[in-house]
Parts: sequence; C-alpha cells; structure tokens
Amino acid sequence: MAIARSKVGFLKGKLWGRGASAPRPPALLWLAAGAVAATMLLPLAYMVVRTLGAGSEIWDLILRPRTAAILGRTILLVVAVTAACIALALPLAWLTVRSDIPGRRLWAILTALPLVIPSFVGGYVVVAALGPRGLLQQLLAPLGVERLPEIYGFPGAFLTITLLTYPYVMFTVRGALWRLDPALEETARSLGIGARGTFFRVTLPHLRPAIAAGGLLAALYTLHDFGAVSLLRYETFTWAIYIQYETAARSLAAGLSLLLAALALLILLVEVGTRGRGRYYRGGGSPRPPSIVPLGRWRWPALAFCGLVVALALALPLSVLGYWLARGIAAGEPFRLMWGAAVNSLYVSGLAAMVTVAAALPVTFLAVRFLGRVSALLERSTYLGFALPGIVVALALVFFAVNYARPLYQTLGLLIFAYVVLFLPAAGGSIRSALLQINPSLEEAARSLGRRPLRVLTGVTLPLVRSGLLAGGALVFLTTMKELPATLLLSPTGFKTLATSIWGSVSEAFFARAATPALLLVLASSLGMAIFIFQERRQER
Amino acid sequence: MSSMRKGRASARKNGLFRLGMVLLVTAASILLLGLAACSAQATPRPQPLSLTVYSGRGEELVGPAFQQFQQATGIEVKVRYGSTSELATTLLEEGKNSPADVYWAQDAGALGALSKAGRLIELPEDILGLVDSKFRSHRADWVGITGRARVMIYNTQKLKEADLPDDIWGFTDAKWKGRIGWAPTNGSFQAFVTALRVLEGEARARQWLNGIQANQPKTYPSNYSIVIAVGRGEVDTGFVNHYYLFRALKEEGEAFPARNYYPRAGDAGALINVAGVGVLDSSKNREVAFRFVRFLLSEVVQSFFAGDRPDDAFEYPLVPGVATHPLLTPLDQIKTPNIDLADLSDLEGTLKLLRETGVLP
Repeated sequence: MAIARSKVGFLKGKLWGRGASAPRPPALLWLAAGAVAATMLLPLAYMVVRTLGAGSEIWDLILRPRTAAILGRTILLVVAVTAACIALALPLAWLTVRSDIPGRRLWAILTALPLVIPSFVGGYVVVAALGPRGLLQQLLAPLGVERLPEIYGFPGAFLTITLLTYPYVMFTVRGALWRLDPALEETARSLGIGARGTFFRVTLPHLRPAIAAGGLLAALYTLHDFGAVSLLRYETFTWAIYIQYETAARSLAAGLSLLLAALALLILLVEVGTRGRGRYYRGGGSPRPPSIVPLGRWRWPALAFCGLVVALALALPLSVLGYWLARGIAAGEPFRLMWGAAVNSLYVSGLAAMVTVAAALPVTFLAVRFLGRVSALLERSTYLGFALPGIVVALALVFFAVNYARPLYQTLGLLIFAYVVLFLPAAGGSIRSALLQINPSLEEAARSLGRRPLRVLTGVTLPLVRSGLLAGGALVFLTTMKELPATLLLSPTGFKTLATSIWGSVSEAFFARAATPALLLVLASSLGMAIFIFQERRQER
Repeated sequence: MSSMRKGRASARKNGLFRLGMVLLVTAASILLLGLAACSAQATPRPQPLSLTVYSGRGEELVGPAFQQFQQATGIEVKVRYGSTSELATTLLEEGKNSPADVYWAQDAGALGALSKAGRLIELPEDILGLVDSKFRSHRADWVGITGRARVMIYNTQKLKEADLPDDIWGFTDAKWKGRIGWAPTNGSFQAFVTALRVLEGEARARQWLNGIQANQPKTYPSNYSIVIAVGRGEVDTGFVNHYYLFRALKEEGEAFPARNYYPRAGDAGALINVAGVGVLDSSKNREVAFRFVRFLLSEVVQSFFAGDRPDDAFEYPLVPGVATHPLLTPLDQIKTPNIDLADLSDLEGTLKLLRETGVLP
C-alpha cells in the first residue's frame, strides 16, 4: 500500500481532486444519477405507505423478543456467508487471472456458473444430497454411516448461500486483477520484497475496493434470499417477511421490510467504513495485461481447490438435477425442451444487463469522480432494491404502475425496469471498482488535448473500464436469469422464463419436470458466460 | 489568455452537459425500445374474446384445463401463474385497475380474503347449484372446483394405521415427541388450524398448538417435503394433504414406505378444503368469466382433475356423479367435520394465534 500510495501520490489534489480547480459535475449528470437513484424511492415509499396502514399489531410484531432473535440469526448468516465468499473467491479469482493453472478460462466459466442456480433449487439440492437419508448418506450407507451431521438450520443455509453467492466477489475481484498495474508488483519485488509480502502489502490492498464491492453484494444477497433459508429451515428476516405475505398480511410484511432496509443501511455503513482514502489507479505508463505467475508444484493443490469448489457448487446440483431427470424419464415423464422459455430468459436477461449497466454508469461515475456527500448518498441508495426481498420490490412496482402508469403495467418495459431496481448494484459495484483503477489524469490529458467530454467518455473512460462494464453486465445477466418474484408478478401475462418454469414444477412437487428447465438454465447461462470470458480475452490481447 | 481559459472552461462545461445528456438519452432510449417492443407485443388483435386468469395453481396441474377451454370455445385465455397468497396480495394492490377476470386459488382462505375485501362478485345460481353448499361461499362469490383432504401421512415401517390416534388430540401425547412433521407456513395447514378454531374454539386451538409444540415437531416448508421426510424416516408422521403421497409413490415407486391416514374422529384433522375460483369485480367480461367457471365444473374437466389422464392429479371432484380415483377413499366414506369453508377466511386470527404460540415467527 505504501508503495502504491507514494507512486501515485504526486497526483493527489491535482486536476480531479477536491481542490478549487475541480470541475463541478454537469447538471445533467446529476439529473441522470438522481433519476436512477429516485427509482429506489418507489419501494421505500411503498413500504412506508403500507406500514402506516398497519394497526398496533405491527408494534406487537416488531417488539417481540423473537424479532431480536431473527435479527441476530440474520446478522450471523450475513457475516458468515460474506466471510466465506471472500475466502473462496479471492484464491479463485487470482488463480483464474494470474496463474498458469491448466484450463484457466474453463475454470473461470465453471466457477462463475453457480450464480445462476436459483436458490430454491440450491436448497432442494442440498437437502436431497446432504439431508437425512439423502443421496450422500445412501452412498455411505454400505460403509455403515447411519446418519450425517444435521444439515437443517445454520449449516445448510450457510453452505447453500455461500456456494451460490461467492461468484459475486469473484467477478469484482477478477476485474480488479485484470486492471492492476503489473508495475506495482514489479516495483515491490525490485525493492526486495518477497512474493508473499508483495501479495499482502501491494496486491491485496489494491483489491480492497473490489473485495468490498463484491462482499457487499454477497451480504445483501444473503439478506434478501428466501429460497435457501426456507428450505433449510433457518429463520431470517426475509423468511419472516414472506410468511406475512403467505397470509396476505401486507402491512406487517412492509413493516418488517423497513426493518430489513435499516439493517441493509447498517451493512452499507460498515462497507463505507472499510473504504480507505487510498488511490487505486496506475501512476503512468501504458497499461499492460497482468503477468502470469507460474504455479510450479502448487499447481496440484490449486487444481484440487478449483475442482472441489466446482464439484460442490456446480457438479453436485447438476448431478442431482440429472438424477431427477433420469428418474423422471424412467418413470415415463415426457422429455420437454423449453426453447421458448430459454429464449425469453436470454432476451430479458440480456436487455436487463444492458439497461442496468447504462443506468449504473451515471450514478457510479458521479460517486467516483465527483466525490461528495450527495453523490455518495445517491450511489448508496441504489443498493436498497438489491437488499430487499424480491416480492417487496415487485409489489411496490405493482402498486405504483397499476395506479400511476397503467399502460406500462405488466409489460416487458416494466419488467426490465424492475430488474434495474433490483440489480443495479450488481453492475454498479464492478463499474465502481473499475473506475477507481483508472487514473483521472488520463481523462484530463485527453480533455486538455481538446477532446470533448463525451469523446473522453467514449474514447478514454469507457474503453478503460470495459472489463468493469462487462463484469457488471455479466453479473446482472446471470442474476436476472434466475429472478423469480418480479418475473412472476410483472411480466406480460403468459410470459414464461426458465426460472418461472422451474418454479412452476417445483412448487407442485414435480421435481423430474423441473430438471429439464434447470439444466437448460445452466446451459444458456454458460453460453452467456462464454461470451463474457471471450470478451475479457480480447481485451487481454 | 484569460479569455482562452474561459473559452476552454465553457467548452468543458458544454461538453459535460452533452455527456450527461447522452447518458440520459441512452438510458431512456433503451427503456423506450423495450417498451415499444413489448407494447407491440401486448397490442391485442381486433378484440377477440379473451379471459385473464390469475392462477395460484401451477401450470403442471391446471394448464391443460385452460387449453381445453380455449379449444372448446375459441376464447383466448391469458394466465398468470404465481403463488396463491402472492397473487391475492397482488390483486389487493391492483384494486379496481386489475387486469384479472378470474382468480383460481389453492385454498378457500385466500378466496375468503378477497371476498372480505369486496373484490369478488356474486356467481349465477346455475353455477352455485352444481356444487354442494359445503364447498362454496355462503356469500355466493366463490365456488370450489376440486377438493383435497387433510390426512396424517405415516411411515409404514415404523407404524401401523391402528397405532395412530382417532383424533388430532392424540398427537399431543408425549409418546409422539420428536416424531411429528408439520408445515406451519403452508396455506393448507393454516386452513386446518382455522377450522380447529372454528370447531373447538380459540382456547382449545391454542391448547392443541401448545401440546404439539411440546412434542417438538419438525418444521418443513411444504406438504411434499413432509411426505418425503416421512418416507425417509426423518419423522414418523406428519400433517399433509392427501394427494402428495400418490405423487411420491409415482416418483419414488410403490415401495415408498408411507401411507395416508384419515383421522377416524372426523375432527378438524380430517378437513376437506377446496381449490376454487372467484370472478373479480374488475372483470370487464363477466359473462366469459362465468362461462369459464361453468366449464371447470363440467364433467370432462372434473374427471380430468379426478385423475382420468396420464399424469393423475388425484384430486376430489366436487360435482356429484363424477367418479373419484380408485386409489382414493371416496369423499362419502371419510368422516369429515361439519364446517362452513367460508368461515376459514379468518386467516388473520389464525396467524395471530400461530405467532402468539410461537409456531410462526
């Protein structure tokens, strides 16, 4: 860190700093960012309106000792999952970007794919595989294993959510590793610092914004997850909120959601606290791709590690799905490929990825380049949609669209809008860490040479943050592929996606029929991922 | 010199203005493109008759009924699938602006909630007359389509039917400690608790819930997961609906060691609940909606749900004269409690009780 700082320190306070010469952000940038952030007021306003409609019972609900217990359990899960995600994602990201591990790009695709497995599928899979008398126990039964450790409760929820969410951290860290200036490490090594010291004193500190951005996504995902916690019977806030909806108690649900939003705010504050005042961009020289570190004899443990993660997070769900499918076909189930639903999924997810990246750009740009209280507030506020259970955001949009924008109700446009509200930070986090790694003096140099700011944006900034835009888009794409509550309520009537098809079968306990769309979901997403990795590779050249 | 600087500053300002403009326009135009794409899709062809149904029942179960209606009448059916309770909440949020004509709910309770909010309209006599008054709303605003029985599922390797108590109170005995599974978040379970409150009173219902909780039941997310858990021996018995067993038998094979038991005493534990439909006050083509309800109560559709097809549904037909699936105990041989299903609409009271007893969070 010290080296990084001193190397770029001379730039401090100049040009884009907070000095008197700093340009004020243009009104329209404010407007664009403000408009994006304002969409987050919709769920907030809805929750307040509904909570005010509740009687005194809302206080009975909130003030019960049980609420405190749920709060404690939720925090425990969020902290544990976030820590585990970082612990898994950091080595995976490093291995798939910086090392000569055999099959580097294949591992990059495989380790990212667990993100598309819907959490209710993940929950069923974990129960079917590791639950009492599940597949694993049946396998071990000949060895005399009578029972496995209890999977229900914290262990199962922790395991399931960690395996489905670590890619959030991996994506942001991979992007940061791509953009890291190799000169930093080279300087450290030339000053006699060993490989390990270089990693911990130079590389890791530079990854801090990316780790924080990804960790934040993992934490907030854990906060809003419903499928895994309900199937593995671990009572969190989101579960409690869904239970209110089960009984059409929408006021109580809204009240609990406000509490959840407060918890999200706390998490956001913690993340802000981890942000240092350091600079993360390169000092000068032309950008170079990251140098590849030969693993040597560490190659085998590295392969084993990647293999283990992929086995648990991807191969296990796929084999349980394959088992359901085979059993279904054996029982005479028709084998139906749902190409229509697959095309719909790809279409809305692709559209959602593009629109969300476009919407995240002004907010993030403003927050990074024009650092201030208001711009930071705008950026932070976009995290609200991601922290709330999908059903709350979906109902908020039902409420506003049906009353104030009737022609838009249940159209694709509104559905995409809902995805933007839900997943904005998934794009914003990646873009943010990418922008932080760009030396503003490059933009300033282009401008002083007479380029118009727009040309600077399209000619300098965007190409430089391309990996961040791509990673952000890919994250939104993969997350949208599996989105359920908003898709069910807000899509055009009769519009089917792979996720809704899976849910339709699973909710009626037709597991064999859920297997085909679920496998198709992974297949379609891996196509999307392959395109992403290919783009990343083009940049490498 | 200073004018040059000023010029550059204004150029910069101007440029930044454009930058913001372009960002805004890009975002807006992408949104608009999406809107255009979908409004082109959503524009109806020259107003053929169509019907919008919100279905809390899954496509796997009820999809064929919609197709048959469309084929028989030429009326286009648009279906939105979702969970019964989430669709009920959505309908409440939508109010008078709702695009839905018909709501098809998994249980009488959700229909009762909409009825209570004044969202369902009265059905014509000829429809109501098709179904026994036990299985429809006394306010005449919804009607049952198919029935399902509450049963106890039990593991046949650990228990015989004779070991099971006559009534639900038997399960509060300490010998059932750690052996029971239940799904308190499930709508059918909550309907059963409501029935218990209606039949035996609030205090007794509370006593029963406390009694079961003292036996440390295992909580499951759904009926089906209880059936599977009983088959695996995680628990010995559990409170479920009758038809999940037959689906498990189909997926797991005949050797699956679990069977249904209809509580002999005919108390709330043997409740027959219905999946039913109501027509919404926001519906603009009520006649078509009524026609659809009549269709669901026709013999063809009733025997379809009774299981006369490859993927048996194993539900109870509610129109007299339609045969019940041979694997099921016929409705008239089950001792059922005497209860008005419309009374099951007091879900809030049940939830309050479930929260107070700590069964629900």
